[in-house]
Amino acid sequence: MSGKKEVIQLKKVAKHYHLGENIVRALDGIDILINEGEFVSIMGPSGSGKSTAMNLVGSLDAPTHGKIFLDKKDISKFSESDLAQLRGKKIGFIFQQFNLINNLTARENIALPMMFQGASESERLKKADELLKMVDLGDRGSHYPNQLSGGQQQRVAIARSLANDPEVILADEPTGNLDTKTGQIIVSFLENLHKKGKTIVMVTHDPALAQKYSDVVYWLRDGKVEKITKKRRK
Amino acid sequence: MRADHFFLSLKNLKHRGLRTWLTLLGIFIGVTVVIALIGLGNGLKLTVEAQFGVSSLEVITVQAGGLNFGPPGSGVSIPLDMDDLEAVKGVNNVDYAIRRNLETLKLEYNDRLVIGTAIDLPEDKEEADVFYEALDLEIEQGRKLKESDTNKILLGNNFLTNKVDLGKPVEAGDNVKLNNKSFEVVGLLEKQGSFILDNIAIMPRTKLDDLSDFGDEIDMIIVVLKDTELIEETKEDIEKVLRKTRDVDEGEEDFDVSTPAAALETVNQVLTGVQIFIVIIALISVFVGAIGIINTMTTSVMERRKDIGIMKAVGARNSDIFLQFLIEAGLLGLIGGLAGVVFGSIISYFGVVGIASFLGTEVSPSLDIPLTLITLVVSFIIGAAAGIIPAIKAAKQNPVEVIRG
Ligand SMILES: Nc1ncnc2c1ncn2[C@@H]1O[C@H](COP(=O)(O)OP(=O)(O)OP(=O)(O)O)[C@@H](O)[C@H]1O
Ligand SMILES: [Mg+2]
Repeated sequence: MSGKKEVIQLKKVAKHYHLGENIVRALDGIDILINEGEFVSIMGPSGSGKSTAMNLVGSLDAPTHGKIFLDKKDISKFSESDLAQLRGKKIGFIFQQFNLINNLTARENIALPMMFQGASESERLKKADELLKMVDLGDRGSHYPNQLSGGQQQRVAIARSLANDPEVILADEPTGNLDTKTGQIIVSFLENLHKKGKTIVMVTHDPALAQKYSDVVYWLRDGKVEKITKKRRK
Repeated sequence: MRADHFFLSLKNLKHRGLRTWLTLLGIFIGVTVVIALIGLGNGLKLTVEAQFGVSSLEVITVQAGGLNFGPPGSGVSIPLDMDDLEAVKGVNNVDYAIRRNLETLKLEYNDRLVIGTAIDLPEDKEEADVFYEALDLEIEQGRKLKESDTNKILLGNNFLTNKVDLGKPVEAGDNVKLNNKSFEVVGLLEKQGSFILDNIAIMPRTKLDDLSDFGDEIDMIIVVLKDTELIEETKEDIEKVLRKTRDVDEGEEDFDVSTPAAALETVNQVLTGVQIFIVIIALISVFVGAIGIINTMTTSVMERRKDIGIMKAVGARNSDIFLQFLIEAGLLGLIGGLAGVVFGSIISYFGVVGIASFLGTEVSPSLDIPLTLITLVVSFIIGAAAGIIPAIKAAKQNPVEVIRG
C-alpha cells in the first residue's frame, strides 16, 4: 500500500494519567500510521490503551508527549475551534456504547454533525434521511434512541458518523455491545464503506473479525505497539 | 448557526422536569410584581384623570377649598366669586376663564325621583364652545344644548343607558322635572368615563340660577390657555392674583389651582412609597431566580456531560457548546419572564377594572407593549447571565472522560 496518502500519523505518542502519586502510562510511545483507504484494526487486551489511542487518532484528546499529524499537519498547531471543525468534517466516530443523544430523534442525531459544519436545516434533514435509508432505518427517523434496539442504535451511529462525508471512520469496539449476528451486520456496513474508499480504523477484541477485514492490525500491550501485521487482501 | 443553537436549547428544555420549572418561580414572581405594579400605577393615573372629568391635560381648574377628590364644590369654604373670575381672566396666557356651577337637584322621570348634579352652560356662544371642547363632550343622541335654549337640558350617558335609577332610559325629546320644573331633553352625551359627567345634567346658566339661586357664587373656573407649554407658570400666576383678590398669604390659600398633571403628581407620590418597597421585593425574587437558574444549569451541565462529549466528538466547538447552554439559560429566564408578564397583566387588568368601577369611572386597561418587550428581553438577559458560568463549564468539558464506557 505504499504511495498512498497518509491521513493520520501518531509519532512517539504517549498519554499519561496522574492518579495521586502514581502515573498511569495508558500509552507509552507508540507510532501509528494510517493511510487513505486502509482498513486498520487495533487489538489488544483490556487496558492496553486501545481506546486512548483511538481518541488521540481522532484528535479528541491531546497527547502528553509526541506529535499527531492530520493530513501531515501537526494538530497541536491548530486552534481548538479549527480542530473541532476539522474533526467534524474529516472524522466520523462510532462507539461501543453508541453514544447517541437521548433528547434527539434518530434523524436529528444523524443531522447533528452537519449542524456544526453550518449546513442548512433542509440540507441536513435531506442527508439524514438518505443515511437512514442506507442503514435500513428509513422508517425510524422520528424515533428516540431509547425506542431503538442496540443494533438499530449502532446503525444510527454509523449513519451519524457519515453525515459530513468524512474520509476516516473510527470505530471503538462497535460490536462490543451487540450479539454476534447483529455485530456482523454492523461490520458488514463498515466493510461496505471501506469498499467505497473510506479509511476505517476499528478497535476489536475479535481476532477473526480483525483477520477477515483489515489491511493492517496493530497489536497493543501495556501502552506499546507489540506487533503490526499486514495483509494483502483480495 | 444561531438558529441551530436555539433549536438544540429548545429540544433540551422540552425534556426538563418539574424541578427546572420550579426554579423559575423567582423570575416569575419578580416579573409578575413589576408588570402588575406598573400596570396598576398607570391604570390608577388614567382613572384619576377620568375622575377629574378633564380629559385634556392642558386645562387648569380653580376651585375653592383645598385639593379635593370628592365632587367639586363639596368642600366647606368661601366660594369663588366674580372678582376672582375677572382676576383670572386678566392673567397673561389665559385664553378663556369659564365659570362653572355645580348644583344638586331633584330629578323626576317615569314617576321616580333621584338626586342629580347639574352644571351650567355658559351664556356666551364662544365660551359655550370652549366649554364643550375643554371637557371633550360629544353627543350620542339628539343635539348639543345651545346657549339660547331655555327650558331644555342635556343629560349624561348614564341616563341613556339606564344606569341611573329611573326604571327606563331617558331619550332625546323626553321631558324630565328638575326641582319640580319641566325640561325637555335635547340630547344625551357620549360616555365620558367620569362619574360626574356621566350622571350630569347640563342646562343654561340662567335656568340653573333660577333653580338654585347661586347668584355670583362660582364653584369652579375652567382655564384654557393660549400657550399650553406655560401651564406651570400660568398656574403660579393665577395663584398669585387669587391670593390678592381673596386676601390670603402664601401657604394659607383657601382655593386650589390644579393642573391635571399636578393632581396626578399627588397620586404618584402616594404610589411611589409602595412602589419602592414592592420593587425591592421584586428585585430580591429576580435575584433568587437568577441563582435558581445558575443552579439548574449547573446540574444540567453535569447531567449532560456525555451529550457534550458526543457533540464535541462530532465537531462541536467550545463556542457551540457555550452558546447552546447560554441560550438555554436565557430561554429559561424568558419563559419565567413570559409567565410573569401574563400573570402580572392579568392582575393589573383586574386591579385597574376593580379600582375604576369602585371609583365609578370607566377605564380600559391596556397592555404596555414596550414595557412588556423590555421585560422579556431583560428576563432573557438575566437568564443568560446566570447561565454564563455553567456554560463555560460545559464548554470546557473534556470529551474523552465522558464518552468512554
Ligand atoms: N482518564 C483516565 N484516568 C486515569 N486512567 C485512565 C484514564 N483513561 C484511561 N486510563 C487508563 O489507561 C489505560 C488504557 O485505557 P484504555 O481505555 O485505553 O484501554 P482499552 O485498551 O481501551 O481497554 P478496553 O479493552 O477495556 O476498552 C487503562 O489502564 C486505564 O485505566
Ligand atoms: Mg476501550
